[in-house]
Amino acid sequence: MTDIEPDDTVDARGAACPGPLMDLIGKIRSAESGDVIRLLSDNDQSLTDVPEWAEEAGNELLAVEELDDHNEFYVEKA
Amino acid sequence: MTEHVVIVGGGTGGTVLANDLADRLEPELDAGDVRVTLVNDDPDHVYKPVWLYVPFGQREPDDGRRPLDDLVDDAIDLRIDRVSDIDTEAQRLQFRGSAPPVSYDYLVLATGSTLEPDQIPGLTEDGHNYYSESGATDLRDELLEFTEGDLVLSVIGTPHMCPAAPLEFVFMADDWLRERGLREDVDITYTYPIQRVHGNPHIAEWARPIMEERDIQVETFFNAESVDPEAETITSMEGTELDYDLLVTIPPHGGIDLIEEAGLGDDGWVDVDKHTLEAEAADNVYALGDTADTGVPNAGSVAHYQAGVVGQRLASEIRGRPATATYDGKTLCFIETGMDAASFVEFDYENPPSPAPPSEKLHWSKLAYNESYWLTARGLL
Repeated sequence: MTDIEPDDTVDARGAACPGPLMDLIGKIRSAESGDVIRLLSDNDQSLTDVPEWAEEAGNELLAVEELDDHNEFYVEKA
Repeated sequence: MTEHVVIVGGGTGGTVLANDLADRLEPELDAGDVRVTLVNDDPDHVYKPVWLYVPFGQREPDDGRRPLDDLVDDAIDLRIDRVSDIDTEAQRLQFRGSAPPVSYDYLVLATGSTLEPDQIPGLTEDGHNYYSESGATDLRDELLEFTEGDLVLSVIGTPHMCPAAPLEFVFMADDWLRERGLREDVDITYTYPIQRVHGNPHIAEWARPIMEERDIQVETFFNAESVDPEAETITSMEGTELDYDLLVTIPPHGGIDLIEEAGLGDDGWVDVDKHTLEAEAADNVYALGDTADTGVPNAGSVAHYQAGVVGQRLASEIRGRPATATYDGKTLCFIETGMDAASFVEFDYENPPSPAPPSEKLHWSKLAYNESYWLTARGLL
């Protein structure tokens, strides 16, 4: 378990691709620089989508936790 | 006791459902056992797919408007008004002004999408769109004067109405400019928020080579952050800046505030069971079309099919039978690939789309359907 404390959480479980990534982008859009957003997604595509976008946008993917029924992504806004 | 069904929203979903119920519940309506009210804040029904053709001079906004009174069965109570509050505990709606509240036994929310361009600084000042009547006519005027430079089409909001329309616009603009002998003087760039050119990977895979063949530039992972009208640039969250001479965007979309205020879901979209279309946070509430957060495209065909499901479920519930009808994600879309060719896709929750080879026949099928849409609105097709 990570001990990162997110500033906000997006629960995109149940959303089809590209919903989780778009939900994350929407939250990052309104976040402050340095804020950490936690994305909950049960769509496997997020495992590639989210790191690719985070790198492209210059945001840092701090951690990915792979749980039984979903994954949690911690992204810090640059 | 009379059961009261209230449908809020007179777009495709709400209108098709009202006429579906008029037919399905005819005996109960005649006997006064059921009453169906359709509420809309505009006396007209608006068929939005017409707007794609307005910038190219092929349709007028009025082609997409007809009075709801002409489309909706006489057995339905049509109320031109605006709901100001939804109380799902008391099962009661408040209207603007001093009108008394209205109780419901079943509520269907079909309030659709609204545009929120103010989310992006500078977009209202210099961004054009074809997602509203005034936007489409303004864009038509701009296009008629546009003879050279950078045309940028940027998809900003997702989910947005008609996910195929951004691809259709650049394919049509490419063809339209070629026909007018201007294409060599115009660069077309298409931007999309994720790493491919469409949300659905199968449609993206089909569209990308066509864009390459047609010399349409692509910028993926482009989430517009701001527009500078003076410098004529659009900048993304990812740090990419594009020059434009004519900027066309799909603005951010949202649902109506009432839905969030009623605790039914975020951003104006109702959290629903994607098969039954029942709201997760309240009893006796359904949502359909753009309003229902199912993950399927915000498209008229979706609202049309979902209306049939909700109609069947409501009829079952009113007659005291278990509701068994479910929505399987069925979606149909024609996709224009130029001014005289189109493709077609059909898919659902389980089966992905496989775009048909573009043809003139499919283009005419799309136009023919657009003309016969009024039969769909009346519940006949």
